[in-house]
Amino acid sequence: MEAFGLLVHGFAVLLTWKTLLLMMVGLVLGIFVGVLPGLGGPNGVAILLPLTFTMDPTSAIVMLSCIYWGALFGGAITSILFNIPGEAWSVATTFDGYPMAQQGRAAEALTAAFTSSFIGSLVAVLLITFLAPMISSFALKFGPPEFFAVYLLTFCSFVGLGREAKHKTVISMSLGLLLAGIGMDTVSGQLRMTFGSAELLRGINFLVAVIGLFGISEILLTMEERLALRGHAASISLRVVLSVWKDLPKYWVTLLRSSFIGCWLGITPGGAIAASFMGYNLAKRFAKDPQSFGKGRIEGVFAPETAAHASGTSALLPMLALGIPGSGTAAILLGGLMVWGLNPGPLLFVEHKDFVWGLIASMYLGNVVGLVLVLTTVPIFASILRVPFAAVAPMIVVSCAIGAYAIQNAMFDIWLMLGFGVVGYVFKKIGIPLAPFTLALVLGNRAEDAFRLSMIGAGGDLRVFWSNGLVGSITTLAILLLFWPIIDGLIRRVGLARGGASTSR
Amino acid sequence: MTAIRPEQLMSQTDIEIVVDDPTAPDENSPAVVGTGTIEIIVSIVLLLLAVTLGYDNWRTGASWDSTGPEPGYFPFYLCVVLAGGSLYGLVAALLARRAGGEPFITRAQARRVMAVFAPTLLFCLVTQFLGLYVASFLLIAGFMRLIGKIALWKSLLTAFLFTAIMFVTFDIAFDVIMPKGPLEAAFGF
Repeated sequence: MEAFGLLVHGFAVLLTWKTLLLMMVGLVLGIFVGVLPGLGGPNGVAILLPLTFTMDPTSAIVMLSCIYWGALFGGAITSILFNIPGEAWSVATTFDGYPMAQQGRAAEALTAAFTSSFIGSLVAVLLITFLAPMISSFALKFGPPEFFAVYLLTFCSFVGLGREAKHKTVISMSLGLLLAGIGMDTVSGQLRMTFGSAELLRGINFLVAVIGLFGISEILLTMEERLALRGHAASISLRVVLSVWKDLPKYWVTLLRSSFIGCWLGITPGGAIAASFMGYNLAKRFAKDPQSFGKGRIEGVFAPETAAHASGTSALLPMLALGIPGSGTAAILLGGLMVWGLNPGPLLFVEHKDFVWGLIASMYLGNVVGLVLVLTTVPIFASILRVPFAAVAPMIVVSCAIGAYAIQNAMFDIWLMLGFGVVGYVFKKIGIPLAPFTLALVLGNRAEDAFRLSMIGAGGDLRVFWSNGLVGSITTLAILLLFWPIIDGLIRRVGLARGGASTSR
Repeated sequence: MTAIRPEQLMSQTDIEIVVDDPTAPDENSPAVVGTGTIEIIVSIVLLLLAVTLGYDNWRTGASWDSTGPEPGYFPFYLCVVLAGGSLYGLVAALLARRAGGEPFITRAQARRVMAVFAPTLLFCLVTQFLGLYVASFLLIAGFMRLIGKIALWKSLLTAFLFTAIMFVTFDIAFDVIMPKGPLEAAFGF
């Protein structure tokens, strides 16, 4: 068990007072971010990223990932107590969580949510611990063509499997890739798309774009809504916690199923939102009495929360092993890696053992500490919602500006952030998805480099992407996924025709 | 099934958190502009962007030379994809327009959104000339007082505390230097 030994080493890296303190700070900030309207996992991580610029990479990633775990925990609090999902992935939690709170079982629902979050993450972390080193050592054999094929697979699966209108995903992705190309070309050193502007020479920084797209635009969107709320305040007693935990084994099927769904959708770009709904719907379908869902059933809290956390956590697997983020938040963490001077990709496991295993160990520890923290401090965090949004909104704007400026010490970036805020607001309102844009912006240069290096190596022969079994099957899979909606339609039509033929007979 | 009024249910938990939103947008407010119109505008803007960037990349060199693709090759074809996507979006939006669409934003919502956007724009301008911390103080105090209708002393105190905490955290503790103006210069920073 090589992974186990390395994990123990990771814990040794982690167990210093400074790291543990940063972990607590990260968790508290994260829950804060998760509870507040107008802020969520990706924006919270993006805004707080500048805090970590002067830290060493291990402390930085521990703090940032703890912000992420905290945000995942925090989203459940508002869903259950106020019927307001703090995050899109907690929408399914409101279906049964809020009715439970209305029946005076808020403490029970919260315990269920936090516990299942913990279980979901734990399953995903176990998966990362044992699978990520294997994938990364396999990926060490990859050359530029293989990497380009994997990038292509990521992009194509977004288009083929995404739920948004296809042309909107394509627009979002090509725009992201284009903006990533602005500035100095890394292969030839020539300038591209700068139009003589000195500010554009540096290129468009990924994190500046993310802060605008998620932070500023989210505030604009939040202001459109009615911000009044009424809800329950609940504190959790040890008795309730123990009674919920005692019943846990009864729900092992639900928990396990949701964990699997979450892990699968986290690694592929399905995401936590899809996972939480799928977890909920499957739990409902397999229940003996599906009509009791939506009226305050504890399984209706277990199922989506487990799936959302499993997915949110396992999204870090492809980021660690291959340098390809599985979610928006993972993409921002990847951006962080580059700022701290690390080169994402399979070499991370070889060159930066402390960093990788410190991060994995912090996933275990962060989730345990996070669980205890939320169970004991729910009343405090629920009362944060008493703070009027008129006080919160300008503070978020200031934090965004600090974050955007700190990345390259450029005033231009603050304006860029504002511009991206408007773009994000408009895109969200007309249904152009932002996740493919984010992913394309962070991976753009790497994907282009991989493509051009393979072309240089192969003398411009496109057949290099089918030159061996591995790269050929990845490329073919990518193209299949790109056209998946059409293929799926054809299969269905054939099935229908056959079904129709048999009934007419 | 007996109907239970929500108030009865509420009373079962000890404390209740109530936050009001006095300036909430009116639900019956008329639409300023339809989603379809915005989709058409965005498609046209993206199309123009694709053409501009595409031309620039074509000028840089979008073909193959002896070593492989030229620098403009990859972005040029992305421009083609982007142009195709936005053209499709434009046609789809134009066709859907006849069926009528949902509002992009209502007048009441637009007023609220501008109430955040305009101060944010001003904040960026002030940051450019007076530095980030002064701008931050003005934004928070002004926003809380004028838009949130929160008591003046609370607004000023919150703004001062938040700005001070940010200054200590970033400029002093973490060495992340923010843009500064004449006020900070007077104190020797």
